Amino acid sequence: MATVKIKYRNKEYEVNAGMTVRDAIRKVGLEPETVLAVMNGQLVTDDTIIREGMEIKLVAVVSGGALPSPSGRGAGGEGEHYEM
Amino acid sequence: MKCKKCDTTAVINMRQHKLALCGEHYLEWLPEQVERFIEKYRMFTRDEKVLMAVSGGKDSLGLWDILHRLGYHTEGLYIGLGIEQNYSDESRRLSEQFAAARGLTLHIVDVEDEFGATIPELSVISNRGHGKPCSVCGLNKRYIMNRAALEGGFDALVTGHNLDDEVAVLMQNTFNWAGGYLARQAPVLPAHDGLIRKVKPLCRIYEREMTAYCLVRGIEYIYEECPHAEGSTTIYYKEILNRMEGDRPGAKLQFYISFLQAKESGLFANAEQHVELHPCERCGQPTSAPGDCSWCRMWEKVKLAKKTVTMLG
Repeated sequence: MATVKIKYRNKEYEVNAGMTVRDAIRKVGLEPETVLAVMNGQLVTDDTIIREGMEIKLVAVVSGGALPSPSGRGAGGEGEHYEM
Repeated sequence: MKCKKCDTTAVINMRQHKLALCGEHYLEWLPEQVERFIEKYRMFTRDEKVLMAVSGGKDSLGLWDILHRLGYHTEGLYIGLGIEQNYSDESRRLSEQFAAARGLTLHIVDVEDEFGATIPELSVISNRGHGKPCSVCGLNKRYIMNRAALEGGFDALVTGHNLDDEVAVLMQNTFNWAGGYLARQAPVLPAHDGLIRKVKPLCRIYEREMTAYCLVRGIEYIYEECPHAEGSTTIYYKEILNRMEGDRPGAKLQFYISFLQAKESGLFANAEQHVELHPCERCGQPTSAPGDCSWCRMWEKVKLAKKTVTMLG
């Protein structure tokens, strides 16, 4: 069975051709909600069938630092504005 | 999958909205949504001048692009934090590149140049944050953003907090029953006692949608995560929420909208705390602390530490 390479950050995975992007994302251990797939430079939906010869790059969508609070019990973020 | 509007190939499928769109229609749809929420929550108008807090990331650059396209009067503020591994240098370069390409004004405050230490240095010297600079970073950003917005005569400060940021905070505060924080979380924090109005036009936009917007629109943003974000609580909660979203599309949005409705109906009214604010005796910025604000006290420590090092050296 033909395999296709999937790149995510600095890693490379191989999956079988013929499956959907969504299944491939799960196959490599990622949550479909946390990435977008770019195929041959184009953003694609996750029902796209992976075919031999395609180049797939997964782009992470999750970002964010800590949202600490002085008490350690709550997360203030912008709501913590008066703690200056 | 086909675009719901024109039947060409879709580039994004938003399960929470049961909506798939092609690139062209997505670039129309997202700004319409952002404008809808700006109006719904009465964030600001086209007659007002707003300061966009820019980090070089997908949310702030994507939002600034949207606001510019919608015709709002915006200027940007980039805060150079001095984060290692080229993170701050690269995020500044991308922010400057973005503003220059659109002829937009970008104000820059470099923490080390202006105050004498980078955020990671400040965190060590001030001994705050349990070995992580995130709380020191947050305090400095809030302080600098508020001061810059007031001094620049802006009507509101705009941040790129998206729905995922909001629900991650909401989940953490719900798990801790942090009533005071729950009572204050909102798309708009009104101006009061020397604090500028703060608004979050992306509060109902998924970060997945913002990433897609930047990719389709060709906006270059800082992709690498802040080196200090690894293992953060926000990312932990986001992972859990994304698993729920995968099983039940719309779960994050529903959680947030239900929270706002519960808040509107008075569920957290008893938890609201009125904090007495007064101007800091040193800098004049609002503070709940007596005398000097914690920002001034923190930087005073740095000055003393640097003076001691110089004397010993």
